[in-house]
Amino acid sequence: MSAAPQKAKPGGQQIPVVVSAVVPLNDLVTRFEFQRRDGGLFPPFSGGAHTVVEMKDGDLTRLNPYSLMSDPADSSTYAISVRREDDGRGGSLFMHRNVTQGDEMMISYPVNLFSLDLRAKKHMFFAGGIGITPFMAMIAQLEQSNGNWELHYACRTESLGTYVDVLSYKYPNKVHVYYDDQKQAIPLEDLLDGQPLGTNAYVCGPKGMIDWVHATAQAAGWPDAQVHSEEFLKPEPGKEFEVRLCKSDKTITVGENESLLEAIERAGVEAPFLCRGGACGQCETDVVKADGEFVHRDHWLDDEQHASGEKIMPCVSRFLGTLELDR
Amino acid sequence: MSKFQFPESIKSRPVYGTLEPRPGKAHLFVADAEGAEAIIEVAARDAGLMAKAHIIYIPKGADFADKLHALNPAQFYEGPTYAASVQRLRHVLENAHQGLQVYLTGTEGLMGQAQNEAMQAGIPHTAIQTEHRGSVARRMQCVHCKGITEDVMTDPFVCSHCGLNLFVRDHYSRRLAAYQGVCIDAEDPGNVPEPVELYK
Ligand code: FES
Repeated sequence: MSAAPQKAKPGGQQIPVVVSAVVPLNDLVTRFEFQRRDGGLFPPFSGGAHTVVEMKDGDLTRLNPYSLMSDPADSSTYAISVRREDDGRGGSLFMHRNVTQGDEMMISYPVNLFSLDLRAKKHMFFAGGIGITPFMAMIAQLEQSNGNWELHYACRTESLGTYVDVLSYKYPNKVHVYYDDQKQAIPLEDLLDGQPLGTNAYVCGPKGMIDWVHATAQAAGWPDAQVHSEEFLKPEPGKEFEVRLCKSDKTITVGENESLLEAIERAGVEAPFLCRGGACGQCETDVVKADGEFVHRDHWLDDEQHASGEKIMPCVSRFLGTLELDR
Repeated sequence: MSKFQFPESIKSRPVYGTLEPRPGKAHLFVADAEGAEAIIEVAARDAGLMAKAHIIYIPKGADFADKLHALNPAQFYEGPTYAASVQRLRHVLENAHQGLQVYLTGTEGLMGQAQNEAMQAGIPHTAIQTEHRGSVARRMQCVHCKGITEDVMTDPFVCSHCGLNLFVRDHYSRRLAAYQGVCIDAEDPGNVPEPVELYK
């Protein structure tokens, strides 16, 4: 039997798991490890893939994407590392406060929106803070095939350098760490200069860092197709608004602290998604009528589509006014 | 007039643009015949371009070499044929670094083959600039014997390897840098339409 999802379900099929370990790494970051409840093996994944973790928080169901950071060669365990966001929407706090070893949870099949380009002659990774997680899996994957890579990793302080110890122990010549509080910065321009033709760069971190790497590489003449980035947006709170779901014949109110997608799901309407972070395009929804103003926040639709008012990405975008959707 | 507007066609058919100066650490130009004019035009748009430029030029009987030389590129090479120049092209690509910009201009056969070399060296085809100039002749592969016939100007034409009468298709292979030629009289041997010049 194939491991592929048997039936199309929003977000893909889920896997029942048990939390096999909870490992605090520093003040902010904790690793959660999962094993299948049926004792079987997980589907294989490639470095850069994420899973959507379902959290039952009272009557609230949270679905948050996290990069898989375990070794892709190990199908017995999936692991994620979660940074506690004290001002966040509560998903990471729930993981930190409520999830303990032995808990039963549901996680989605892996989806990869940030994969390695295996045609690359060399891979350069640029990580900022918790952005290190996808690279943990990518590095493990490349080590299996003796791949050519190097990592440049910016952390706030030594004590918040998640996985710096393991990485520099295992790969002392490939891992370069820069600490903000010691006024160290990634010498990006110099690093990009003189790389062999066919080198690919990957960046995961805060938005400012992602934009900086893209712009610097472009100015140095790097092809856009060889600079990869992943930024999961988080839905931002906003004013309450009303939405009519035409196909389902329902009217819902999107609360201040929930996303449009979450409100649709709360109303019992199935809506497609994969990343829940404005990156994959899966949740794209047609607008039937719009009376008010769009607050587009996704990376999927282009400026023209945003301006057209004909489409919305409910996982991250909102509306001021009343909206009618083809859902 | 060295510019020709190709009619719209199937997705497989390459589309060419207009060379523009782009930021880069080095600039490699490969051109044949009237492609020289496109280089002269793009050089005029950016005074700094030629100081970091390497031009590989195959005149194919055209008379532009002196004008290109006068642009004062960092390196200039004039080759008698593409085949004779490909060693140099490979050498340049082997020693190149990220940040190299590649500009191809001239005939389709020249651009397709040079693009293939650049892709194999690690540059995505989307990052390689092309501009068609000069002859609309095509580089054709016979789908039957796999032989390549260069500079095909008529449809149908005779395969220079196996002698079949081939119909010129817009179906293109980036890997082979050639269009497909398919036997036109397979069902009714000898029933071959009069060859017409391409785009006439
Ligand atoms: S779920 Fe991926 S863009 Fe909305």
